[in-house]
This record gives sequence, structure tokens and C-alpha cells, in this order.
Amino acid sequence: MKQKRKKIDYSKWGYIFILPFFVSFFIFSLIPLVDTIRYSFYEYYRSGLKEIGPNFIGMANYASLLKSDMLKYAGNTLILWLIGFVPQIVIALLLASWFVDARLKIRGQQFFKVVIYLPNLIMASAFAMLFFTLFSNKGPINSILLSLGITENPIDFMGTVFGTRTLVGVMNFLMWFGNTTIMLMAAIMGISPDIFEASEIDGCNSVQRFFCITLPLIRPILAYTLITSIIGGLQMFDVPQILTNGQGSPDRTSTTLIMFLNNHLKSKNYGMAGALSVYLFIVSGILCFIVYRITNDEDPDGSKAAAKKNKKGRR
Amino acid sequence: MKSKGYNGFRTIFAHVLLVILSFMCLFFFYILLVNSTRSHADLQKGFSALPGSSFLTNLKNVANDGSFPMVRGILNSLIVSSSCAAICTYFSALTAYGLYAYDFKLKKVAFTFIMAILVMPTQVTAMGFLRLITKMGMYDSLLPLIIPSIASPSVFYFMYSYLQSSLPLSLVEAARIDGSKEFRTFNQIVLPIMKPAIAVQAIFTFVGSWNNYFVPALVIQSKDKMTVPILIALLRGADYLNRDMGKIYMMIMVAIVPIILVYLILSKYIIAGVTLGGVKG
Amino acid sequence: MKKKVVSILLLAAMAASSLTGCGGSNSDSQTSNTSNVGSDSQSSDAVNTDSQPEEGQVINIYSFNDELRTRITAVYSEIESTSEDGTESILKDGSVIRWIINPNQDGVYQDKLDEALNGQLTAAADNKVDIFAAELDYVVKYIDADIDAAMTLESLGINPETDLADQFEFTKTVACDQNGVQRASTWQACPGVLVYRRDIAKEVFGTDDPEEIGKKTKDWAAMKTTAEELKASGYYTFSSYADTFRLYNNSMANAWVAPGETTIKVDQKILDWVTDSKEWKDAGYFDPTVKGQWNSDWFTAMSSSSKVFAFLFPAWGIDTQMVPNWDGEEGSWAVTNAPLSYNWGGTFILAAEGTDNPQHVKDIILALTADTDNLTKISKDYADFTNAKSVMQAAAEDDSFTSDFLGGQNPYTYFTPGADTIKMAPLSAYDQGCVELVQNAFGDYLQDQIDYDKAKENFEIAIRERYPEITEIQWPE
Repeated sequence: MKQKRKKIDYSKWGYIFILPFFVSFFIFSLIPLVDTIRYSFYEYYRSGLKEIGPNFIGMANYASLLKSDMLKYAGNTLILWLIGFVPQIVIALLLASWFVDARLKIRGQQFFKVVIYLPNLIMASAFAMLFFTLFSNKGPINSILLSLGITENPIDFMGTVFGTRTLVGVMNFLMWFGNTTIMLMAAIMGISPDIFEASEIDGCNSVQRFFCITLPLIRPILAYTLITSIIGGLQMFDVPQILTNGQGSPDRTSTTLIMFLNNHLKSKNYGMAGALSVYLFIVSGILCFIVYRITNDEDPDGSKAAAKKNKKGRR
Repeated sequence: MKSKGYNGFRTIFAHVLLVILSFMCLFFFYILLVNSTRSHADLQKGFSALPGSSFLTNLKNVANDGSFPMVRGILNSLIVSSSCAAICTYFSALTAYGLYAYDFKLKKVAFTFIMAILVMPTQVTAMGFLRLITKMGMYDSLLPLIIPSIASPSVFYFMYSYLQSSLPLSLVEAARIDGSKEFRTFNQIVLPIMKPAIAVQAIFTFVGSWNNYFVPALVIQSKDKMTVPILIALLRGADYLNRDMGKIYMMIMVAIVPIILVYLILSKYIIAGVTLGGVKG
Repeated sequence: MKKKVVSILLLAAMAASSLTGCGGSNSDSQTSNTSNVGSDSQSSDAVNTDSQPEEGQVINIYSFNDELRTRITAVYSEIESTSEDGTESILKDGSVIRWIINPNQDGVYQDKLDEALNGQLTAAADNKVDIFAAELDYVVKYIDADIDAAMTLESLGINPETDLADQFEFTKTVACDQNGVQRASTWQACPGVLVYRRDIAKEVFGTDDPEEIGKKTKDWAAMKTTAEELKASGYYTFSSYADTFRLYNNSMANAWVAPGETTIKVDQKILDWVTDSKEWKDAGYFDPTVKGQWNSDWFTAMSSSSKVFAFLFPAWGIDTQMVPNWDGEEGSWAVTNAPLSYNWGGTFILAAEGTDNPQHVKDIILALTADTDNLTKISKDYADFTNAKSVMQAAAEDDSFTSDFLGGQNPYTYFTPGADTIKMAPLSAYDQGCVELVQNAFGDYLQDQIDYDKAKENFEIAIRERYPEITEIQWPE
């Protein structure tokens, strides 16, 4: 609004600034994406070296997916994601607020900050390889448990639903909590120290400060974390794939949606894979929209107002 | 008094938790390190907490294998990952700023659009992507690994959120009054303010690109263009006679060193961001 | 859409025309070649350039690891030098072999090979695939006569009857398309044996003599009695149900999918494997802590602390898996006959249809898979069980092939007769998936995670995901 008042029209700069993004997106993502969506209405796959199709079959791919175990895999994905995400966000929030809390004298902060991010540097596949060895029947974890007398027989971690899912969750947690912590730290650092100072003068304790100031102020980033994590969760692939050798065993209880998609891609079934992608797309779109609405738009006491406080004051 | 004791308790609790978490994190590094010092035979026998004596042998095997371009691979990965990190963060910041600071007709549409594509899994478009770049003559080149990162919706979204909470528009106006051109304002005023966000996303992009196997494996063909994850996959795919887990772990280890360095360098900027945060606003 | 149809039609037309073209030129070159080789092989260099003006300059060889490259560079005498990084070899006549290696992981190798083969007709001469490797599990996908991705050996000028007479019969049978025309050749055969612990044998049976033990393992009935005895002394016969799978799978009467059909017929032998494995597992003949193969539990089962009596392995398995994992005294193992003769593994080489270097391709295939001197060299240098009856026969009688690891036994006395009697089950293009998925599905059942019917159902689901064209899955009554 204020731009209008100033008579100089800056809006063309807006277009210029977002141009590279959109050009690159249209070429490298949209064209393939349109292909994907188009093929979802076709019967189109490879049998050996022979190409079958594309034959237009309307919504048949979508219908047969609904009849398949897709919903079961969606459930698996949700469970696996929750097991990893809940501890991840809790720990990350704790750590981030501790790290930026000047009153809390954490020794070796620098060291901890570096260390917690390290697991993210290891390739997921390498990480899963390590876990597989550690938790195998004759692996070190079992020998420790046996020698402590906690169990009589080795625990078959990867032979049970609970065990496999927990391992996947733990791995996801370890790989991503450092990442989230850093992101939240950056967000908290973006808050003006004046606000913290003011709160201190008002006699806020750390819990109050955390819930009444920090949390609302980092809302946009928190929403970002939530959204990227949901997307990451929906796209979960490497860890369960390698831990279970691509089988989602036992009984396909750790098969995620992308592993399901991967099975179709393996058979070059572009039709089915396309339809599944569209489903994925819709679901994640809805989820993200909900999250975005909840965390951003109401803005009752939150981020935008606070962030623009200074600005308003000046104006 | 009370609050002091409470804080003291919190400090202890924080330390205990941090030590446990750090132990878990370092533990895996330790095993990786140990594994890279053990020979293939030792590794197949199972786990050991004590290092073996084959560190140098493994390193020599990986580095001196004439048919295995380790150095070249690391170099390629460095080129791809740093270019990705650079252009991804720059253009995402640019886009975020464009949508945050300006009002224009399609602003809402553009924003909604980006938010919608945020959720697209890479696997979905991979095959179409491959066909496309083959048609464009970019098959077996590093470019298709780099250029598409200009459009990274999630990085954009992070930058946008960051701008929302830390860039007052008055600053931009002040710059305009001072006669600063739009690009200059962005490069010299907005970018410095965004340093912590850029550093954070640069690290994430770098690491993500460094560890990416899926797309490079589709696109890259010739040996002198292969990136580290493809090389590791090559080692893992070796036949029964030549498979050497020691080499694999050594390669994983060698591959981690550069990202740790990048992380250490960039994490300084995150810290620098604190002081910057202090003076702004 | 329209474009697609047109391009497919175009491709088909080109395929047809190039087929006839190829056949014609090949028969020409064939005659000139045979005369070349027959008259004077040493001057073939000069003669080649004269009579083969159409021969291309670049030979592209697709493979999934270094195995093929090391073997070919070791035996193909035309190779003058290989570049440091192993991507190119220069031949004496100036042409170049380009080694194109993609990892098997995540199907990358087959993806890229398929792309290349599909673009074969339009590719520039120097970019055409000339030779490619395929593992036994998926070789059928490429030798299909309808797809015609691989040239018949005959059209290359190789007569399987005479040129490959020394090869083991089963390696030739599996390399034939549905019309019985051979399209692939291999330098190795992988007959399996039963490798057992001498100390356990002595303790339980009072002898470690391979012949005596061989009687106890000669068929499944004898094997079961043996297993009972071992169990009474606290030992496991095999490490897990996955170890015995190859024996059952190898003896199937019919292919998973008959040529031209879209129905998977699960063979009775596979269900036998399931019921037998269940019985064996419940009886305690397997080590309960081992699940499947290629994991650390399995490797640990090969060490001295293990209670597992025997493993089922071909030659490569002993050298590359058992030797490194054994930490006890040398000479603690011995080999004897398995309850059934079987084959495990093998890499085939195929000539890509449309190659612009048929002469070189032919020479390479012959040098690698038919020349007894070369195969002897490969056996010695790389410990492959090579695909030459005479060489392996000689090895069985040659004391230089005795193994310290096997306590001075010459394993070829069991490998070679094993290879002679192998009858490979008929293969289909679906084997790789069927074998993998049936083991997965019933693995859950054998670990008591799910019941039998659920395992069947899971197998059907997985198959339909992998092979959308499969219309029906039939189980034996």
C-alpha cells in the first residue's frame, strides 16, 4: 500500500527477482511433472525391454491404487514419521532454547553444536548399514544385553514390527534433530534481544519466556520445520529401504509410500507411479495447507505483529 | 535464590542430556572410523569396538586404485555441492525477498504456487527429468545436478519465514531514500541481514547435494564426472572377489571430511549472525 | 501421444530393416572371418582392416562391475594398453574399447543398459552398445527372441556346437532364447558343493572323510537323518532356510513364467522348500539367529564360534566368503557333494544387436569363453570355476589345485562332477523378481511373523507391483 502512495512502482522488481526461480522451476520440474500427471491416466510400463502403452485408461490407475495396500503404507509412513518426529521436535526446541539462553551457562556449547549435527553428514544408506550391523542377532547390542543378563536369547530387533519401526524412528531422530536444532537456533537468534531484555526486566522465568515469547516469535520457522518434516516424512525412503532390504519386512509393516512408489518405478510402471505421485501430492498439499493455516494465518499474538513492531513504531 | 537453584538444576539437566545425545552421535562416527581401520575380512566377522590396523591399507586401496577416481569424485562432489549451495541460497533469498518486499498482482498466486510445489517428491519426476535433460543435451554432465537447485521451494520458504521475522521493510525504504538501487539494496543490505539463514541453508543444501545418490546416478555416466555417492555405490556393487568393505567404509569416511570442514566454516557464520542480530532493527 | 506412436512405429520399422541388413552383412563378414582366422591368425591384423572396412572404431562394453574388464584385459591379446582409470583400452589395430560400468545397486545398471539398447538404432556408430554383461538372474530378459536385443551367436559367426563344445551343457541351455538359439556365452560355471566343518564331522560322525560324509548328504532323506544326528550333539546343519533355496529353485520343472504367457506358475519345488524349511526350522536344524544371507549374522555363522555344520557354496563362495570369515585353524573345512547338484551365479556376455564391431565382438567372446588356454589362466588367476570341461577335468586331477583351507583336499574333484550333472531349471525373464520376492514373503512366514496364506498373499501383491503385466498367479494344488 505504501508503495502506491510513493508513486514509484517497484512491482516490476518483484517479477524480476522471482523470475530465475520460476524459469528454472518450469523447465526442470514442471515439464517432468506434467509428464508424470499425464501418464497417470495411461497404462504405461515396461515388460523386460518391451514398452507397453501408453494406452489411455482414465482413472483406472487411481482406482486400482485405492484397492491396493496404499492406505496401509500411508499408515506405516505416518507411524514411522511420528516415532522419529515427536522426540526430534521436542529435543530440538529444548536444545535451541538452551543454546541461545545466556543465563544457562552451557560449557562446550560450540562442541555440542557441532556434534549434534554430525549424524546428518553421514549418508542415510551408510547410517542404515551401521544400524543393521549393530542390531543384528549376533551384533554388539545383543551381546551387551546378553552379558548384562537382560535377555536370555538374543533379541531379534529387525524381526519384529515394533523393533523395526523403533529402529527406523531412532535413526530418523538421530539424523535430523541436529538439523532442526540449528534451524530453530537461527530463528531464535533472529528475535531482537531487546524483547528478551524487556521480558527479563518484567520478571519472566525461562518457562514463561519460552512459551510466551520464543515460541510465538519463531512461529514461521516452526511451521517451516513442521512442513519440511512432514514432507520429509512422506518421502521417507533410504532408511527403511536399506534397513529392511527394500522389503519393508516383517509383513510389509515398514513399507513407506515412497518405497511403494519405488517398487512401481523399478518396474518402469510410469502409469501407476504417476497416479501414486498425484495422490502423494494431494495429501501432502492438504497437510501442509492445514499446518500453514494453523501456524501462520491466525497470528493472534504472533510473529508478524511482533516482527514488524519496530517498523510500525518508526512509521 | 530459588531461580538460581532452578537454573542450576536446568544447567545440570541440559548437560546430562547433551552428553547423552553427543555420545550417541559420536558413537556412530566412532564406529565408522573403527570400521575404516579394519580389513574386509575383519569387517565381515562382525562388530568390534577396537580399531584394526588396516587404516593405511584401506586408504591406499581407495586412493591408489587406478580405476577408482577418488580424488576426481571428491572434486566433482565439491563442485556440485558448493555451486548448489551458492546458487540455491542466493536465488532462494532473492525470490523470498522479491515476494516479501514487493507488492505485485501475481504475488499471492506465486506464493501459493511455490507452497504447493514444496511437497513434490523428487522420485516423482525423476524419469521425466532424465528424458528432458537428455533432449537438452545435458546428459552425463554436472549442470543438471546444479542448475535445478535455483528453484528450491523449501529453501525459499525458510528464507521467506526468516525475512518475515527479521527484516523490517522500513530498512528497505530507508535504503531507497538513500538512492540505493533495488539489486544493490538486496546484495548489500538484505543479504548481510540474512547471513545466519543463508549459512544454515547453505550447509543443508551442501550436505543434501553431497549425499545425493538418486539423481546423479541417473544423470552421470562417465567415470570422470561421478560424484562420491556413485563411487560408493560402485564399491558396494563390486563382485564377490573384489568387494572390500574396508574400502567402502574408508570411502565413506573420506567423503565425510570435506562436509565436516564446510560445516565448521559455515557454523562460524551462524555464530556471527548473533552479533549481527544484536545491532539490527 | 501421436508423436510417441509415430516414433514407436518408426523404431519398429527401423528394427525390421536393420535386422535384415545386419543379417546380410553378417553372413558376408562371417565367411570372410572364418577364412581369416582359419588361414592365418597372426596376420589377422592386416587382413582385418582390408576385409572389414565397416568395422567401427569404438567398442562399448557395458558391465556392472570390474569383473568383466579384468577378465577380458587378462585374456584378449589384441589389447595393447588400458588407461590408468580403467575406462578405455586401446587395441593393437588402433580401435578403442570403452568400459562403461554402472553399479547394480537400485537397478541403475539395467536402467542405463535398457536406455542404451532402446536407443541403439539411432545412436551414432561410436556410441552403440557392442557387448554387455548380464547376470544369470536376468540374462533371459535380454536373450528374448522377440526383443532381439542380443545377437545370436550364429549371426556373429560363432557356432555353439563346435566353437563352444567344451562349455558345460547347462550354461549353453540357459543362454538360449525360446527358439533354442544361443545368444549369450559365459566363461564361468558355478556348480555348488556342500562345505562342512571337519571338526564337527569327526565329533559327531567319527570321520571327516569327504566320501563318507558325502554318503550322509547324498540326498534330502539322508540329509535329514544327518541333521537329526547333528542336532543331538548340539549342532545346526545349515545356517538358515535361505541357504537351501538355490537347490530347490534349481530343480524346478517349469519356468516361473512360460514363454509368451503372463501367468506365474509357482512350482511345487518352491512350496517344498517352504514346507521343508518350516519342518527343519521347527526341528531346530537351522541356526535360529541367522536370517537370510549376506548379513553379519550369516558371516558370523562361518566362524569358529558357530555351531553350523555346513554351507552350500560354489567355488567363489569358498574363496570370498568362507576363507575370510573363518578364524580357526587352517584346514578345518572340507567339501563334498550337496544333496542335489546346483548352480549359483554366473555372468554372461552378450553381443548387442546393431553393434558396429561384429568382428571384435566375436573375437572377444571367443577369447573369453571358448579358448581353453585363456580359461585356464582365468581359473588360476581369478579362481573362477571356468566354463571348460577339459580344463576343469584336468583341474580335478591336478594337485596344484588342492586347497590348504580345505585341509589339502582338491575341491575340483567335487566341483567338476557337480557341474556335469547340473540341470538348470528353465529360466524366464521374471526370475530375478520371483526368486527375490518369494524368499521375502515366505521369509516372514518362516520367522513366524505371518501365517502361510498371508505369505502367499504378500507374494502376489509384491509380484503385481513388480510386474504389472502378470495377470494371474497359480499355486500348485
